[in-house]
Amino acid sequence: MTALTDQLAAGLNSPICLTWEWTYACDLQCVHCLSSSGRRDPNELSTEQMKAVVDQLAEMQVFYVNIGGGEPMLRPDFFEIVEYCVAKGVGVKFSTNGGRINAENAKRLASMDYVDIQISLDGVDEHTNDAVRGEGTYARVRTAMDHLRDAEFGQFKLSVVMTRDNVEQVDAYEALANEYGAELRLTRFRPSGRGIDTWHDLHPTSAQQVQLYHWLLERPHVLTGDSFFHLSALGEPLPGLNLCGAGRVVCLIDPVGDVYACPFVLHDEFKAGSIHEPGGFAAIWRSSELFTSLREPSNPGACGSCGSFDACGGGCMATKFFTGLPLDAPDPECVFGHGEEALRQLEASGGAVRPTVSADHSRPGRRRIPVTAL
Amino acid sequence: MTATGTVFDADQHWRLHERVALRPEPFGALAYHYGNRRLTFLRSPDLVTVVETMADAPSARAAFDAAGLDPRRWPAFEKALSSLVAGEFLVDDTHVAVTTAEESR
Repeated sequence: MTALTDQLAAGLNSPICLTWEWTYACDLQCVHCLSSSGRRDPNELSTEQMKAVVDQLAEMQVFYVNIGGGEPMLRPDFFEIVEYCVAKGVGVKFSTNGGRINAENAKRLASMDYVDIQISLDGVDEHTNDAVRGEGTYARVRTAMDHLRDAEFGQFKLSVVMTRDNVEQVDAYEALANEYGAELRLTRFRPSGRGIDTWHDLHPTSAQQVQLYHWLLERPHVLTGDSFFHLSALGEPLPGLNLCGAGRVVCLIDPVGDVYACPFVLHDEFKAGSIHEPGGFAAIWRSSELFTSLREPSNPGACGSCGSFDACGGGCMATKFFTGLPLDAPDPECVFGHGEEALRQLEASGGAVRPTVSADHSRPGRRRIPVTAL
Repeated sequence: MTATGTVFDADQHWRLHERVALRPEPFGALAYHYGNRRLTFLRSPDLVTVVETMADAPSARAAFDAAGLDPRRWPAFEKALSSLVAGEFLVDDTHVAVTTAEESR
């Protein structure tokens, strides 16, 4: 690691990349949803509690927050809290499925000083996208994109989770983003939330990952949220910090105010505390037991003898955890196949116990989605 | 972004862009530009001091001097400041009006 990543690994006064999920409510039931969203949780933060969190983030000089969910625009106070954030100097980047971006809302968003939008699309055609996000969603997202363009919102981000079925469409995504003057953002599919069940059949193959690595290397302007750092073991590092930022530069506040090490580990084992506790979010970030331990140098474990450990750091903690691997095992998508081998051994020994999410908000009857239905 | 054509000149007066915020961190500071959304690391407390005080100095070199920097370190500081100028974190007053007008999201 370079000196900078060493310094970042040791922790910062405040997070760089804070994800804040505003609700578990969602009108979609995407098969890869990292938070198993669907139904609103009765304990979600009130408007006043939300504002108190914003006050604390402003005090900590958190420059911007990544708002997610659920579908954040389903909160009746969505615009009120966005406006409160911007007024306090906390920039807003929010992820949306686009369902609530009508002409009027697009104009309202375009008039705001510091609001960035990430709109999710998981296929360049109806067939590919709707298999993941649900029937009719492709057409709906394109309509939302049209509204943003008509409202002259400016550059929004088109956000795609890479799956086995859509990873080979990257050129078409780039063309689509260009057509709208949008930025393209590709992120790694992690087996979190409802993705725990679907990941094994839908995550890109190792050959596809190698192709993606070369494609990204040639396009440093494509945003990735630094999520493909496990691919940096293939050679030249991808742009970005190339480290697991959980509890170091990244964390998550969920809709009920629980704080987790990263957006992809909604599980009690990675819960650092609640903003309702004395000291609130700042105390958790600065001194919780979990975050303090994540800032210790990590044990390279099974990866210690691999010459590429410095490049990938052993990969993604969430991906290991939800596939049942120990945290010092190789990443399940290790480019040298060590992760696949570790998963095979785990299966063979009968020890493959995959954790489930601690708080599943999927709508009844939709908790287990048969992949064959895709 | 317009100021990318602006080149750092150590004899000129510079100041932080009005939409840049600095946050103290153990290694120095994080700088964030609310206009172009860029984030950068100021990886030395001395660099933070220079950046914070340069608006009050007639030139960047004068700010180095006032901060008590050993002249042998000046080239490294000029390089760091050049990249801050390229990212529009620092402006000279002749460019401010243009930069602000053309900021986009």
